[in-house]
Amino acid sequence: MANGHGGLMAMYDKLHFPSPPANDAAEALRTQVRDFLAVTISGRTPLQRAESWNGFDRDFSRALGARGWLGMTWPRRYGGHERSTHERYVVVEETLAAGAPVSAHWIADRQSGPTLLKFGTEAQREAILPRIARGDCVFCIGMSEPDAGSDLAAVRTRAEPVDGGWRVTGTKLWTTNAHEADYMILFCRTSGSAADRHKGTSQLLVDMKATEGMTVRPILDLAGQHHFNEVHFEAAFIPSAALIGVEGEGWSQVMSELAFERSGPERFLSSMQLLLELVGALQGSDSELAQAAIGRLTAHLLALRRLSRGVATMLAAGQDASTQAAIVKDLGASFEQELPEIARSLVDAEPDRRSTQDLLAVLGYTLMSAPSFSLRGGTREILRGIIARGLGLR
Amino acid sequence: MDDTDGLLARTTERLLAEQVDDAAMRAAASGLWLEQAWSAAAELGLPLAMVEGEQGFGVALSDGFALIRLLGSRAIPLPLAETMIANLLLARAGLPVAEGVVALIPAAAGVRLDRQGEGWRARGVADRIAWGRNAAALVVEGDGRIALLTSGFEVSAAGTNLAQMPRDQLTIDGAAQVASWPGLTLLEAGALVRAVAAAGAMETLVQLCTTHVVERTQFGRALSGFQVVQHALARLASEAAAAAAAADLAVDAFVASAADAGLAIAAARSRVGEAVGVATGIAHQLHGAMGFTEEHRLHWFTTALWSWRDEFGSAGWWTRHLGAAMLARPKAAYWPTVTAV
Repeated sequence: MANGHGGLMAMYDKLHFPSPPANDAAEALRTQVRDFLAVTISGRTPLQRAESWNGFDRDFSRALGARGWLGMTWPRRYGGHERSTHERYVVVEETLAAGAPVSAHWIADRQSGPTLLKFGTEAQREAILPRIARGDCVFCIGMSEPDAGSDLAAVRTRAEPVDGGWRVTGTKLWTTNAHEADYMILFCRTSGSAADRHKGTSQLLVDMKATEGMTVRPILDLAGQHHFNEVHFEAAFIPSAALIGVEGEGWSQVMSELAFERSGPERFLSSMQLLLELVGALQGSDSELAQAAIGRLTAHLLALRRLSRGVATMLAAGQDASTQAAIVKDLGASFEQELPEIARSLVDAEPDRRSTQDLLAVLGYTLMSAPSFSLRGGTREILRGIIARGLGLR
Repeated sequence: MDDTDGLLARTTERLLAEQVDDAAMRAAASGLWLEQAWSAAAELGLPLAMVEGEQGFGVALSDGFALIRLLGSRAIPLPLAETMIANLLLARAGLPVAEGVVALIPAAAGVRLDRQGEGWRARGVADRIAWGRNAAALVVEGDGRIALLTSGFEVSAAGTNLAQMPRDQLTIDGAAQVASWPGLTLLEAGALVRAVAAAGAMETLVQLCTTHVVERTQFGRALSGFQVVQHALARLASEAAAAAAAADLAVDAFVASAADAGLAIAAARSRVGEAVGVATGIAHQLHGAMGFTEEHRLHWFTTALWSWRDEFGSAGWWTRHLGAAMLARPKAAYWPTVTAV
């Protein structure tokens, strides 16, 4: 109701997100995606589905690519399919809601590919984008460091210019899928010092399979699972052709990349399996407690989906949605962290990842994942700072 | 008529600014009927704005709800939103639109519609009817029918909501014009109006708070410089955004006459109801003691929100209603329902 009528929209501020347009093509696609998933991942248990975007399966990513559902919005000449943002949104939310193993293409399709498309050289685009669109290229994100978490501008990893390229020294941390990845987009300092903050940083495309002087060490999370890593560079040589975009402009490129990272439906759908198991367990219940809980969670989910589709609509129109994306991610994380607490209050049994009862297994898994929801991709504190800035307080 | 250039919205905003100033807000809170403001709004055509065809102005429904949001953002103490939606429903039912203030009486009020000779008669006692004392006509729902009464009702007990807006008990015994009514219930229509108005009022809370924390100085600096204040306001803004999104979802479902419009309205009322609690709490905390006075404008919005969230069905009732509807469907239907609403 807001966006279709410009005069009224002018009075409303950035808290009134635009309406997603009705899109018949996207809804037709939704049926195809559901049919595909019903067959392709029929063997996955609820616990496996609960892994959500941590589920790694190259074959699944290739199957998705073969259907033309990766790199969907990119130009055909780079292996893309020139479909709409809303069609891509449908594929993303359907795969997440079904608990498909999306980890092998997730980062590449969401942010690395778009970053290369926007800032990469022609050679980089031609070499890499078609592989991502085929579901054949795994990316990891080289941003966080031991002393640069929320304070990303404090990066110390340094690329010294040498003949024909760079010598990189430093350590990246919390690097999801570094042990599987084909490439990393490395955010590092190429000139000046840490005191220069945003100036003098750049992004480099690192070949994870053929870079000497680089070591990957696993870091297990509190559930004992291996998703993230420490990646150490010891005078590793990176060729000059690996520079993405403009030397020294890394900060603005990274901010653009984070807008892709923060806006999607994964920010409130990663615990969807727990909600579905809970709905299944409470099915037909005449308990007012159960009805109130499911009603509240459903109302939150509907509002979050509407907000998230509003952000997608803004991005499709080329608008800056950084404040709105931060709102979706902050609300989404709170929703997902409340979910296991609410489930606990309705189920009189202990959570156990090894339980034969799906609900208890999924509850155990989700409880142990929940702390990360308000850490990954920008902490709650960082997001609220971004929102406050959007309101003009900073 | 499409209000694509926002002319009607701008005209309405100007009218409200002129006619409902702070003095008028205080007068209304003391029990005065704002006759001049009502007449000006009626002259502009607001009561019939959403009515299609020759009887009304045929403003696009989405633009009509944008006006309701605007009325809510100013907590206007007049039954304009109720009358707009009542006339829309009357026209859709094939009944004549009404002159003056129209009150909505949902089926839950228990007013009976009985045949009497060739016509119909409405009988019963309806509680907490918005501006019942000013109503020139009633729209009553019962047994899948909708009825228009222009006489045969009186105030049997006067009351107000927390914002001092009239909520009166009406005793009804009068002849009614009746039509069958397969559409959304009056409860749903009224609930939607309150959700949209509340979304507007929460946007005003954000504006009031932002202005206040930028202007107010303590410990030698603006409140807005304190991170704890920034984060509180960020949370308020996020709740306001979620409420607006939930209300928009319900409006779109209403406009499209979607099969699941009732679920969308229930979701809106649940999410808005929760947002009101968080948002009003933060707004008062940020305003300190001065926001707790009658003199300050803040309470016009917070008291209205505290009432609106539970009018036409409490937020708790709507939440359970939504939950029961979702739990009545198979688990496999949960996600498809979410994407269809």
